[in-house]
Amino acid sequence: MEFTLETVVFYFLAAFITVMSILTVTTRRIVRSATYLLLVLFGTAGIYFLLGYTFLGSVQIMVYAGGIVVLYVFSILLTSGEGDRRLQFPKGGKLLAGLVATGAGAVIVLFITLTHKFVSTGDPQPLEINIKTIGQAMLSGDKYGYVLPFEAVSILLLACIVGGLLIARKR
Amino acid sequence: MIHMEYYLVVSTIMMFAGIYGFFTRHNTLGILICIELMLNATDINFAVFNRFLYPNGFEGYFFALFSIAISAAETAIAIAIMINIYRNIRSIQVKQLDEMKY
Repeated sequence: MEFTLETVVFYFLAAFITVMSILTVTTRRIVRSATYLLLVLFGTAGIYFLLGYTFLGSVQIMVYAGGIVVLYVFSILLTSGEGDRRLQFPKGGKLLAGLVATGAGAVIVLFITLTHKFVSTGDPQPLEINIKTIGQAMLSGDKYGYVLPFEAVSILLLACIVGGLLIARKR
Repeated sequence: MIHMEYYLVVSTIMMFAGIYGFFTRHNTLGILICIELMLNATDINFAVFNRFLYPNGFEGYFFALFSIAISAAETAIAIAIMINIYRNIRSIQVKQLDEMKY
């Protein structure tokens, strides 16, 4: 097995994402959990870059790391009560049930994934989807056009703005 | 070279870490963070399947893009709801959210 730059980067990212996602769900403090989530999202953006999807990776960094994590940190600071600075660790039956369900599910899925061959797992040449293709596919109504989901997402965002204002307004 | 299965193993671990946290967290914001983890794992799967099985199409790519947008909207609304809950009962722990339970 040869070590190219690509494999080294991939193994680094895989180990990083694995450790950080497990830390996200096991840490006791919620601010640390949000920070580990930020690192997981950066690792995911790295995987997109490795796959050659640079636009997707930059959207991931801008929307997730720039928007959502900031929102999380602000709301954590806004809603931290006196008693819940520390997350209680789940004890007894609940912890056991969570661990058993998660472990069983993960083992089944990994077993299915690793024992079945996918059709062609060649090494595709890295191709860069240029931004013009993305824009034209997103706003065309042809066979491979995405104008309908695009408009649906715009209406969803509008509804989200109105809903957020209505829910969080001062009464 | 890196096989497709390796990426799928990484996303499976991320998905089930999210499911574990969803079962065991006591704080609603912690639950929301775990939902983010699960959504992120599915996004990786979309991009990887597109890249390895249909390298000339963009379907998985656009699904991942729209999924990122939808999860941003969902997070904003959920955080608005939680801030409203905090205003009413001064806590967002799951144990104390029993107003509509019975």
